[in-house]
Amino acid sequence: MNIQELLTLSLKAIWANKLRSFLTTLGITIGVFAIIVLVSIGSGLQTYITNEISSLGSNVIFVMPGAAGGLGSVLSNKLTLQDSKNLERALISTGKVTPEIRELETFKYKNIKDKAAFVLGVSSHYPEVVQVLKMDQGIFFTAGQESSGANVVVIGQTVKNKFFNNVNPLEKRIFLGTKLYTIIGVYKKLGSVAGIDEDNAVFISAEAAKAQYGAISVGRIDISANSPELLPLVIRQINETLLKRLTTDDFSIETADSLLTTISSITNALSLALGGIAGISLLVGGIGVANIMLVSVTERTREIGLRKALGAKRNDILKQFLIEAVMLSVTGGIVGITLGMLVSVVIAILLVSTVTLWSVVLAFGFSVAIGIIFGMAPAIRASKLSPIDALRYE
Amino acid sequence: MKTTDDIIKMVDITKIYTGADVGTTALKDIDLVVKKGEFLAITGRSGSGKSTLMHVIGLLDTPTSGTYFLNGTDVSKLGEDEQAFQRNKEIGFVFQSFNLLPKSTAVENVILPAIYAGMGTKERTEKAVELLNELGLEDHLNKRPNQMSGGQQQRVAIARALMNNPELILADEPTGNLDTKSGEDVMNTLKQLNKEGKTVVLITHEHDIAMQAKKILHLEDGMLVSK
Repeated sequence: MNIQELLTLSLKAIWANKLRSFLTTLGITIGVFAIIVLVSIGSGLQTYITNEISSLGSNVIFVMPGAAGGLGSVLSNKLTLQDSKNLERALISTGKVTPEIRELETFKYKNIKDKAAFVLGVSSHYPEVVQVLKMDQGIFFTAGQESSGANVVVIGQTVKNKFFNNVNPLEKRIFLGTKLYTIIGVYKKLGSVAGIDEDNAVFISAEAAKAQYGAISVGRIDISANSPELLPLVIRQINETLLKRLTTDDFSIETADSLLTTISSITNALSLALGGIAGISLLVGGIGVANIMLVSVTERTREIGLRKALGAKRNDILKQFLIEAVMLSVTGGIVGITLGMLVSVVIAILLVSTVTLWSVVLAFGFSVAIGIIFGMAPAIRASKLSPIDALRYE
Repeated sequence: MKTTDDIIKMVDITKIYTGADVGTTALKDIDLVVKKGEFLAITGRSGSGKSTLMHVIGLLDTPTSGTYFLNGTDVSKLGEDEQAFQRNKEIGFVFQSFNLLPKSTAVENVILPAIYAGMGTKERTEKAVELLNELGLEDHLNKRPNQMSGGQQQRVAIARALMNNPELILADEPTGNLDTKSGEDVMNTLKQLNKEGKTVVLITHEHDIAMQAKKILHLEDGMLVSK
């Protein structure tokens, strides 16, 4: 029997029990679907975070509150604006420093009011440190404006669109909470991060933030070394400076590289865990295939006996049932891959998700393998039936 | 291939079943020669070993001892797959309960042996249609077994038996499930095939059916006895 005949034969047998075949393939479909979607989300997250960190540049350093990996930052944040200033002085010839104070605030312009957008208190060096930030209109505030605590603000595209439809926002005065700020610049679109709109935010100077919010602690200090070779020196200087006032438990230093490694290991573990869960459902689907094939072999005992009497060899029968099992699981696999890819694309629009070729290949390979593995036992059973016993079977 | 006049030559064929009930002798020292072109009926009561003999002749079972030449080839000690090959080539089966695939059409049923013989799709379909036409089933080519009468179904089975053009037609109670009229039709078909040169071995317990063969052998307690 050639492969085309075997395929036709299997297709007929599958078609003869439509509902049963459909339910069996559904098990595989769900498993494969889960693998594709979960792995896509996992690797989308990873790609996103990797891109974000890489875009910061290789000479960027973050000083975070609390010990590395600890909950210090949540429990008590001892990193203050003063630390940031100390660092600025210490690194005067080796790098640029900016604190990052993050506050949720209500904006008001004329009679348009809008709730919940981020106010970021940073230094005038921010655009030099975080180089993804580019100006669209106007300028970022200067060191002079910063030290005088001038009430000037740089706004994002979403804020601009909300309040200044077709109107030039520069020199307009907007309320951030209770204080009036003059808009001096608009930055280019940054896009969304995991559902958070980075353009629904404004930048003011850290001094202004301190005046308005009484902010003493900072969420993060971003530093960029003047050249990658200076990185070890800068890290040493940061430690020296901060340890004068703080202990090693109060802060941690992350470079783009170390951050990348940490986050990669987390997202990898996440992808693996998600893939594992999906794998279990695929396994359950495979057991379903085995089950239905065993039923099918029993039901068709007479057919097997007859085929053998008429000249079918063991292998012919084995192939017939094996191909049927593989067809069932591959059909489920293809449907699962298609659905999984569609859903991943939809998720990619809302959050992050990347359909990876390896997950598609893996899922397809898995469904073929499951068909073979779980179809093998029933097929062997069928091929071993003796023609006389099978013909007598009622 | 060796040329021989004997389609079946059995020497000292014994079949002992060693199952739960220890050592049942089903066939004992069977010596049987069937010449090409013969029409032989093997009769016997139920339990006489008829079915076992039919299975051994049909290569569906292996004898415990003895030698069996089928169309000149020693087939006494063949493995399962070699038996399947020989069955496919040399023997056309006609069963009491027809044994047609219920979800397949007449043509699809008839081509089955040719599929396992590796005949091309077009060739085997043409052959099947030709055989069904010869057996008067031209209006039933695409009907399924449950759309046909018993007589028609048995004629489909006969067409299937002829598909690979075997020398030997082995019919096991072919009229057992048929009414008298259909049974006569089937017997006439077998006689006609014998006239055209096929060797027909008929296994039956019905005396008047056996009488229609040219030669009758009687099986009693696993032994051939002359009557």
